[in-house]
Amino acid sequence: MILLQALAFILDGQNWVSGPRILYQLGVTLSISAISVLIVVVIATPIGIAIGHTGRGRGVAILLSNVTRALPTLGLLSILIVLIGVNATPVAIVLVLLGIPPMLAGVYAGIESVNRSTIDAARAMGMTEGQIIGRVEIPLAAPLIVGGLRATTLQIVATTTVASAFAFGGFGLYLIKGLNTADYVQMAAGAILVTALCLLIDGLLAVVQRLVAPRGVPRDGADSASPKPRARASRSRATATVSPLQEGMQS
Amino acid sequence: MNWGWIGSNAGLIGTRVLEHVGLSVPPIILGFLLSIPLGYAASRSKAARSVLLTLGNIAYTIPSLALLVLVPIIVGASILNPANVVIGLTVYAVALMVRASADAFSSVPRDVAGSATAVGFSPAQRFIAVELPLAGPVLLAGVRVVSVSTVSLVSVGALIGVDNLGSFFLDAFQRSFFTEAMVGIVAVLFVAAVFDVIITTVGRVLMPWNRRPSASRRTSRVLTA
Repeated sequence: MILLQALAFILDGQNWVSGPRILYQLGVTLSISAISVLIVVVIATPIGIAIGHTGRGRGVAILLSNVTRALPTLGLLSILIVLIGVNATPVAIVLVLLGIPPMLAGVYAGIESVNRSTIDAARAMGMTEGQIIGRVEIPLAAPLIVGGLRATTLQIVATTTVASAFAFGGFGLYLIKGLNTADYVQMAAGAILVTALCLLIDGLLAVVQRLVAPRGVPRDGADSASPKPRARASRSRATATVSPLQEGMQS
Repeated sequence: MNWGWIGSNAGLIGTRVLEHVGLSVPPIILGFLLSIPLGYAASRSKAARSVLLTLGNIAYTIPSLALLVLVPIIVGASILNPANVVIGLTVYAVALMVRASADAFSSVPRDVAGSATAVGFSPAQRFIAVELPLAGPVLLAGVRVVSVSTVSLVSVGALIGVDNLGSFFLDAFQRSFFTEAMVGIVAVLFVAAVFDVIITTVGRVLMPWNRRPSASRRTSRVLTA
C-alpha cells in the first residue's frame, strides 16, 4: 500500500531533519506563503474597504477575479520565470496575483454587508467617516474579512505546490521528484503533507473567523441561505460566490 | 514574440487544444450532473446541506496537483492515465457546483413548489417541470464558474504527464521560450471563452425567459444606486 508507506515516510522523524528534510520544505512553503499573504493583505485590504465603503469600483474587482480565475497558474508562472529567472520573485508575484481577488472580495463583501441603518446611526451620533470605518464597519465585517483571508491563504499555499514544478522548493518538490523518479511513496507523502497543511490552515482560520465575530451580533452562519433583507447589500454570501462571474461576464 | 514558431507549430497547437478540450468537457458535464441530485438533497434537508457543503469545502481545499497524484493511488490506475485528470477535476467540479446547485434549488419559492403539488404534480413531475427550470439560472451561473476553473486547472495535468495546453508551459520553462508560454495562455483563455459562449447560448435556448430578469435587475440596480 503506497498510502501506508507514505504515512510511514512522513512519520519517520529522521525524514524531517535529513534526507528529504520535511521541516526545511515546510519552512520554505510557509515563508513564501506568509510573505505573499502579507503583501496581499497590505494591497487588498485598503482597496476592499474603499470599494465596500463607497460602493464604487465593484465591477473592476469582479472583472479582476474573473480574469485570474481563468488564467492558468502554470502558464503565468512559466511566463514570469522565463522573463525574470528561476527565483522567489516570479513565484511571489504569481502568488500575490492569485491571492488578491479572494481577499478583496472578502473585504468589500464584508464592509458592504454592514446594515445601512447601523452606519446611518453611527453617522448621526457624530462619528467621522474614519471612525465609522474603523469602529463600526470593520468590526462588523471582521468574519467575512477573515473569510477572505482564509480563501487567500489556501489559494496561496496550494499554488506553492505547483510552483515546485519549476524547481522552487516546498512540499510540491516531493510530488515532482517522486513523479520523475517513479518514487510514488515520496510523491504520495508530498500530496498528503500539502493536503494536511491546507486543511490545518483552513481549520485554524475557521476558528479565527468565529473568534472575530463581534459579540451580540447574530452570527451569520457560514452557510445561511436566508440573508436578512438589507438596504445596501442586496445579495447573500451564498449567491455572492456565484453571481460575480455571472454579472461580470454578462453583456 | 516569435511569430514563426506559431506558424510552424500550428498542427501541434491544434492537437493540444483538442486534448485540452477533451480533458475539460467530461469533468464539467459530470460535475453538473452529479451536483443536481446532491444540491437538491442539500436544499431539502439542513443536515444534508451542512454535510455536503462541508465535504465540498474540504475537497476544494486539496491542492490540485496533490489531488491529481492521489487519484491514481486511491483508484489504483496508472499514474499517466488521462482518466486521473478527469476524475480529479470532476471532484473539484462537484465540490464547486454543489453549493451553486443547493442555492439554486433553495431559490425556488416554497409556495410555487407547494402549488405544483396541490395541482396534482407527482414529485418527479414537479422536479422536472417546476423546480429544475426555476433553479436553472443559478445552475447556469454555477456551471460557468466550474467551466472557467476546470479549463484553467486542466493545464496542471501536464505536470503528471497528461498532455494538453499545459504542456506548452513546461516546455516553455525548460527552453526559456516566451512565445510558447504566451501561446499556451492565450489558447487556454480562448478555450475558456468559447466554452462560456456555448454554455450561455445553451442556457438562453433552454431558458428563454431568463433574459428579461437580467435587464430588469440592471435597471433596479440603477434605481437603488
